[in-house]
Amino acid sequence: MIDTLNQPKAGPAPERAGVAPADSDQQRVQIVLDSFARADSSAFPPWLRTLRGAARARAGRMGFPTTRQEEWRFTNMAPVLQLPLHPAEKTGPALTRQDIARFAFGLDAHRLVFVDGHFCADLCSLPEEGNGLQLGNLLGQLAGDCPDVEQNLARHAPSDANFFTALNTAFFRDGAFVSIAAGKTAAKPVHLLFIGASEQAGATALSRNLILAQRGARLKVIESHVSLSDAARVTNTVTELVLGPGADVEHCKVQQESGRAFHIAAIQAVQAADSRWISHSIATGSRLARNQIQTLLNAGGAAAILNGLYLGDAEQLIDHHTVVDHARAHCESHEFYHGILAGRAHGVFNGKIFVRQDAQKTNAKQTNRNLLLSDNAVIDTKPQLEIFADDVKCTHGAAIGQLSDEAVFYLRSRGIGAEQARRILIQAFASDVIERIGIEPVRAGLEQMLAERFAPA
Amino acid sequence: MLEIRDLCAGVEGNPILQNLNLRVKAGEVHAIMGPNGSGKSTLAQVLAGRSDYEVTGGSVLFNGADLLAMKPEDRARAGLFLAFQYPVEIPGVNSTSFLKAALNECRKARGQEELDAVEFLALVKEKTKLLDLDPALLSRSVNEGFSGGEKKRNEIFQMAVLEPRLAILDETDSGLDIDALKIVAGGVNKLRRPDNATLVITHYQRLLNYIVPDIVHVLMEGRIVKTGGKELALELEERGYDWLLETAASNGKP
Repeated sequence: MIDTLNQPKAGPAPERAGVAPADSDQQRVQIVLDSFARADSSAFPPWLRTLRGAARARAGRMGFPTTRQEEWRFTNMAPVLQLPLHPAEKTGPALTRQDIARFAFGLDAHRLVFVDGHFCADLCSLPEEGNGLQLGNLLGQLAGDCPDVEQNLARHAPSDANFFTALNTAFFRDGAFVSIAAGKTAAKPVHLLFIGASEQAGATALSRNLILAQRGARLKVIESHVSLSDAARVTNTVTELVLGPGADVEHCKVQQESGRAFHIAAIQAVQAADSRWISHSIATGSRLARNQIQTLLNAGGAAAILNGLYLGDAEQLIDHHTVVDHARAHCESHEFYHGILAGRAHGVFNGKIFVRQDAQKTNAKQTNRNLLLSDNAVIDTKPQLEIFADDVKCTHGAAIGQLSDEAVFYLRSRGIGAEQARRILIQAFASDVIERIGIEPVRAGLEQMLAERFAPA
Repeated sequence: MLEIRDLCAGVEGNPILQNLNLRVKAGEVHAIMGPNGSGKSTLAQVLAGRSDYEVTGGSVLFNGADLLAMKPEDRARAGLFLAFQYPVEIPGVNSTSFLKAALNECRKARGQEELDAVEFLALVKEKTKLLDLDPALLSRSVNEGFSGGEKKRNEIFQMAVLEPRLAILDETDSGLDIDALKIVAGGVNKLRRPDNATLVITHYQRLLNYIVPDIVHVLMEGRIVKTGGKELALELEERGYDWLLETAASNGKP
């Protein structure tokens, strides 16, 4: 169904280290950093204040990313820097449970709710104490004695390579803290709901999440991002997940922000022996979305499954950069991303797989398939395998194409109309990813979303 | 029911069917035999409405309507069914919901009420027995991971559900072992009625032991070169096709 991939054309050479960005951009970045710093609280523990100060300095040195940098070649972030960036404040009337019901997937879950990055305790559903699941906002944790947080927060997501992660570390307001004790299985999924409500352009919600699963623990997390406003808001979110030996965590991120929003997300998992991490990234919203999804397979027997689905229309740009780092032997990873692009939408998929020298017997597989529904839709897809071990099995495939005429004809030959046949096939291509989600109501909710999105005009 | 007159069709400018004539009446089973490359599958695809083939002349009437002017879905709704030689695998499209959608489109077009889920499942249960088809296959994606035999049986199963007026079986016997062949043929025979007709396209005589045709046609070089009774199939089995080549060359229109 799909033509072979054309390698992306060679672009300008990546910017050399040490070359500072243009003065005006550099000045802009300083103004942004200063404005965030003025609004920042000093109520954090000293260890975190140190980390934040260092991150701020790094962000200042790195400057705003430009398309001259390899990592940002296809994704121009300049429109974000043009916004009057400032930390999003609590605005508008408080939301009620009724207001957020439509974002809940009808899911019986423990739920944490953040509006513009601020924790809304009134809207949360917390587990009873004593079943091994700890759930709350990060600020709450930081107010007390929190060795788990101190050991892990900002220790895993690399803020030396990514301006936005550094910005997040330097200035995050709050976020979710989820921790499940050794050997425990969470009875219900955990839903982290992030709502953008600010009507101000440039209002930036910086949220930071930490998810810890101890030895043998099992947990399912849904992280969803939605909008109540149509403003050119900015979301900058970083999630760190730490999986102990034999831990099993499914993390499903669903991004459905409104069409003028900017969404910048980083997810970093670190996996111990025999752990299993399943990541889903479903991205259908925002004007520009950048997802940096990374895992470090740090001991034998660890397995990572990275699934993704991006649906772009109009002028949307949806970018996924994934990194699977096979650091040790006998680990496996399976990556499966589908994109459907219509209108003048632009999709970017960059899949990096590192297989380090010690990582013998690695089994890594990567698939990225894209359906282009219009002549003006664009996809830049790029597998990037760097293999330093010799006894490994690594495969990758990228494909770009249109709907198969043969399949359309088969459906029509049974009495199904041409338009409906196309819709059925597009939806099937998307369902191929959705049906891998292990949380039934979320799967059903997303299938419903697909049906509406591809319904006849 | 079906009347093909002087049909000419080809692909990318290469003529394949050349002045083909054929009449099929309700209640009849016709077999079309012929060597590889004679145009058998092209005929099936053209009748079903595949746009890869270009019709360059002639006409086809299906129950009095101009078949060639109809879209593929309208042909199906009017009661034409093609059992594909190579059924397509369609990942992500559930067999049952696909077939329910198809049946209800056909029923709507025929002025019948649509079936609800319960009624449809009852129908499916009845028809799977007819084909000895594992109902578990129907919870999977259309043809995905089906064996060759399962794909062919699924085609006839779809036919049993859709109850077409004219069924065209394109090389349905290829890739079937003798047991599967008997089941498929048994299914087709049970679906025969005085008001429907079947066009069996095959390379070998074998299938015709089980689906006994009323009329056998030999298609060579894009036209029907000989028509006879079921004994013609046996003669072809014995003598091959070569002896007919001369007839094909000398008779423009047999």
